[in-house]
Amino acid sequence: MAGLELLSDQGYRLDGRKATELRKVQARTSVFAQADGSAYLEQGNTKALAVVYGPHETRGSRSKSLHDRAVINCQFSMATFSTAERKRRPHGDRKSSEMSLHLKQTFEAAVLTELYPRSQIDIYVKILQADGGNYSACVNAATLALVDAGIPMRDYVCACTAGFVEDTPLADLCHAEESGGGTSLALALLPRSGNIALLQMDARLHQDHLDALIEAAMTACKGLSKVLDDVVRQHLEEVSVLTRD
Amino acid sequence: MRDTPLSNCERRFLLKAIEEKKRLDGRQTYDYRNIKITFGTDYGCCIVELGRTRVLCQVSCELVPPKDSRPTEGIMFFNLELSPMASPAFEPNRQSELLVMLNRQLERCLRNSKCIDTESLCVVSGEKVWQIRVDVHVLNHDGNLMDAASIAAISALSHFRRPDVAIQGRDITVFSPEERDPIPLSIYHMPICVSFAFFLQGSYLLVDPCEQEERVKDGLLVIAMNKHREICSIQSSGGIMLLKDQVLRCSKIASVKVSEITELINKALENDKKIRKEGGKFGFAESMPKERITTLKREEAPVEMADVKETANEIVNRTETPTEVVSSPVLVAMGTAQVGEGIVNSWGLDEDEEDEPQTEDTKTDDVMVISDSEEEEVVILNEEAQKSTKLSKRK
Repeated sequence: MAGLELLSDQGYRLDGRKATELRKVQARTSVFAQADGSAYLEQGNTKALAVVYGPHETRGSRSKSLHDRAVINCQFSMATFSTAERKRRPHGDRKSSEMSLHLKQTFEAAVLTELYPRSQIDIYVKILQADGGNYSACVNAATLALVDAGIPMRDYVCACTAGFVEDTPLADLCHAEESGGGTSLALALLPRSGNIALLQMDARLHQDHLDALIEAAMTACKGLSKVLDDVVRQHLEEVSVLTRD
Repeated sequence: MRDTPLSNCERRFLLKAIEEKKRLDGRQTYDYRNIKITFGTDYGCCIVELGRTRVLCQVSCELVPPKDSRPTEGIMFFNLELSPMASPAFEPNRQSELLVMLNRQLERCLRNSKCIDTESLCVVSGEKVWQIRVDVHVLNHDGNLMDAASIAAISALSHFRRPDVAIQGRDITVFSPEERDPIPLSIYHMPICVSFAFFLQGSYLLVDPCEQEERVKDGLLVIAMNKHREICSIQSSGGIMLLKDQVLRCSKIASVKVSEITELINKALENDKKIRKEGGKFGFAESMPKERITTLKREEAPVEMADVKETANEIVNRTETPTEVVSSPVLVAMGTAQVGEGIVNSWGLDEDEEDEPQTEDTKTDDVMVISDSEEEEVVILNEEAQKSTKLSKRK
């Protein structure tokens, strides 16, 4: 555990947050001109960039296209300068291909793919700076990019991590908290219906605490959905002012 | 070679069966298939059979320099391989989604849960540590590879023994098994994966899906637990919507299953130990049943026969009752038209012939035809049938 005290007696965490407090989330949409949709999101010190192309005709072999819905293609990568140790392979290793797979599955659940048969939607996500909660930052950024691209979804997909220290669930873990070897749970939620699009948990946790941990992560996701909604609304206001004439 | 796709008929059949809470092999919703664990002659080698799914696991070790970030910890390495031997759908040397998912899940289940004391694998800090390599090979794929792989990996790790080492000054001596007894790994707990398959948008759930069930599933939830009811990893996949209650319910089922399986593994390990001690025969060759033909052999599966007679009768009865009576052509009065149906062709027909179908009509019971014509309504009923036909004739 490296002797780090993750939760002080006063109830504060390493970076001075309370147990249920999220890190500051800042985001912008439409950051690229070429892409159909794009977004940049900062969640504390984790920075993610997401770009969406599509829906367009299936690239490559025809056999990949599905007759009843769109194929979602995700690529996750981490910038070589994103971590403390320089990364050799930005993408293609086991962890990043797993992450791509998870992103794909998350958005297959949330995007109304049946509206676009025989087509493809590309989502490219890049982590510019990694400070814990990479998966959740990617999901949140990609959601904004999909909204920006005008692709219909069931709801916002909000993702957040949660940990468990001394019988207290902690929301939105930073890197120091995540690498301590404690429990960490990543959850992607569709806040309005309360459906879980993806659930992933690592390290040991007693069964009885699972309920509290999932509940904490869900509350955090609901908080995030408000932030994302604000970002979208603000962007729309700005655009409508500019295009009024 | 690509896998043969499942036909729509098969798909519907399977889903219908799942809806009726029946499984092809006669299992209940939360039942596992038969699990059989056999150990090889070498330490750290085992084959796990889960129904017809068959997985081989081999654990090996070597001395390597440790990672810079963790100089006092041994290294665990997991590798799962899907050889084309197991299923025609598996291609050699290809990183398929399934392979990535299985490998990562195995890693997270066994490494991240810290079930093995890696610090005890350190020989000289910063210079030499043991690397434990776990190779899992899938021999036959009949669904639920994850559970089979995790059972195989943890059984093989518990069975494995590494050579003893002695350090004198700067010299490291590795003893052969003849010189000193090899040492087992220290295992804190045994995490075991339990897979739940979800069907029809998550409304139905099955434990231990077989290959065909896996093909019609919507999503999968894998929960790794140990017998102390601690969850070691959770992974949902396949783009399904889960509810919190479902996850909690699954974790409860998983805890029951895991304690059963742990007991089974312990029993198998003890059994093997006993036989080795007694000097009896052990290893794969000894534990295989002596049957010549193995591929054509089928396990006996109980088939539910409780209400077969009733259902059969019901089906027969249902087919005997005539299907919806399609109203036979009805002639309406001359000069009237029916929207949509058109008037009956009367070209080149004598009047007598024309009448024939009409009289037939009157015989059929329960037919009431209301013509769409605005001029008049012709109602054919049982009693008034004759009258009305006469009326229409006159006109």
